[in-house]
Amino acid sequence: MEHYYQPEIECASREEITRWQSERLVKQVRRVYENVPYYRQKMEEKGVTPDDIRGVEDLKKLPFLSKADLRDAYPYGLMGKPMKECVRIHSTSGTTGKRVVAFYTQHDIDLWEDCCARALMAAGATDEDVVQVSYGYGLFTGGAGLDGGSHKVGCLTVPMSSGNTDRQIMFIRDLNATVLCCTPSYAAYLGERMKELGLGPEDIPLKAGIFGAEAWSEEMRRDIEKTLGIKAYDIYGLTELSGPGVSFECSEQRGMHINEDHFIPEIIDPDTGEVLPDGTMGELVITAVDKEAFPMIRYRTKDICSLNREKCSCGRTHVRMTKPRGRSDDMLIIRGVNVFPSQIETVLLNHGYAANYQILVDRVNNTDTFEILVEMTPEMFTDSIGQIQQLQKTLSAGLQSMLGIRPKVTLVAPKTIARSEGKAVRVVDKRKI
Amino acid sequence: MSIKQISVFLENKPGKLFELTRLLADNGIDMRALSIAETTDFGIARLIVGDAYGAARVLREGQFIAQYSDVLAFAVPDEPGGLHRLLGAFNDAQVNIEYMYAVLGGEKGRAYMIFRVTDTEAAERALTERGLTPLAPEEMEAI
Ligand SMILES: [Zn+2]
Repeated sequence: MEHYYQPEIECASREEITRWQSERLVKQVRRVYENVPYYRQKMEEKGVTPDDIRGVEDLKKLPFLSKADLRDAYPYGLMGKPMKECVRIHSTSGTTGKRVVAFYTQHDIDLWEDCCARALMAAGATDEDVVQVSYGYGLFTGGAGLDGGSHKVGCLTVPMSSGNTDRQIMFIRDLNATVLCCTPSYAAYLGERMKELGLGPEDIPLKAGIFGAEAWSEEMRRDIEKTLGIKAYDIYGLTELSGPGVSFECSEQRGMHINEDHFIPEIIDPDTGEVLPDGTMGELVITAVDKEAFPMIRYRTKDICSLNREKCSCGRTHVRMTKPRGRSDDMLIIRGVNVFPSQIETVLLNHGYAANYQILVDRVNNTDTFEILVEMTPEMFTDSIGQIQQLQKTLSAGLQSMLGIRPKVTLVAPKTIARSEGKAVRVVDKRKI
Repeated sequence: MSIKQISVFLENKPGKLFELTRLLADNGIDMRALSIAETTDFGIARLIVGDAYGAARVLREGQFIAQYSDVLAFAVPDEPGGLHRLLGAFNDAQVNIEYMYAVLGGEKGRAYMIFRVTDTEAAERALTERGLTPLAPEEMEAI
């Protein structure tokens, strides 16, 4: 049986959804124009006034917001509410200049938690369930978002945060956790650790998992589902847009339903900015129509996906997006497979390595070679060749599961990965294409 | 009594071992034993030196990863079948040897071997009961 958190919204008719979007967009544009000088200036440069925006059909008249704008306006320049009305901030872990600090009013938190509650119920959670939240808590949005959503559904919430894998497994078993929320690579790592401890899927009560915050492959989904004995659901979001819950998978698992009452999606050509028709791959642009403290209008996510407006068998009427292929600007295509450095980084961190690596790609006899140099750390080093080789093998398998292709993992001495101006060179692509 | 061995991560690149021996030589550190275990893409250098702590510090400052481990050192009786009888005692005491290597030099044909075993303390007890006492650090020093 399909569960919904807000069936009247999630299964609303297209006319209703469009009406909500139009009403909210008109109000939001006016409010932002009046309260956010940075965006007002962008509108003026484009010759648009709030009067020009009468409904969703006028969306394309508005200027885009990009990561560069976030940087320029850091930290207060895009705030839509005075500081005293804000109750929370969250932040990404990006390096200086790339870090996003987002503000929230109580209203913003409320909407965000509703979105996460919808995702949890779509994954089968009800107030009978025990939800273990193993996303990091703190500045990162993962922990707070799913925690809030779990409370709204009425689940017993276990605020584990990330790390201490053995204790995580103990809590799942002792407290009968039925739903797990974490990053997919951490879920895979939990599975590997369970195998090491001689535990199988029958030894844990989990039935579903909600995994997001990083790109993951279908192969990885199958691995996780098998080792944990669960159904694994994807969830999508960005700190700029509240956090996880912009879109989520239903039982059908053919794309993620975008919470269209709060977020209007568009797909654009990343080079020209032209809006593309449904079904075409392009960059996802999101307009948050009722976020107060950190309003995002036509925000370019840099994630590549397509939209599908076909009717979904789960009963939800909101548009679905395909699994995002990750950031358009740092993607590598190796043997036809999309590889993102950020995916490699997460796998390394989950396996206890420092995120010090270098990707070497070359083409030998018309085939791409794919090697990852990983710096050995004092913590990972042991006196046993066998143990180090085992670590290397586990890492390689973890990378294959995440990426869909298996890289050669080479351990190198610390501080040997080339750094240019103090920043490590992550990708060396010697292919002459 | 066990003695301290230093294990060092060696990247599989020409000159790495040379860099390690040069670092030790430049700092006046005398190696009593050295063994290299290698795979196709990395290696572990295991060494016994007079001042293990000093050597580890020098290596770490030189950007090597160095770690201590406890090993047992035994004199091999200077007679035919000496090593065989020593290993026989290990076998009787059910001591599992992970690896072993010989000490450099030594005098008058006397040989010394370093043993890395699964459980150093238990092995030491079992072997001592059979009349085989491993060398103390001072004795190792005096070789
Ligand atoms: Zn659906």
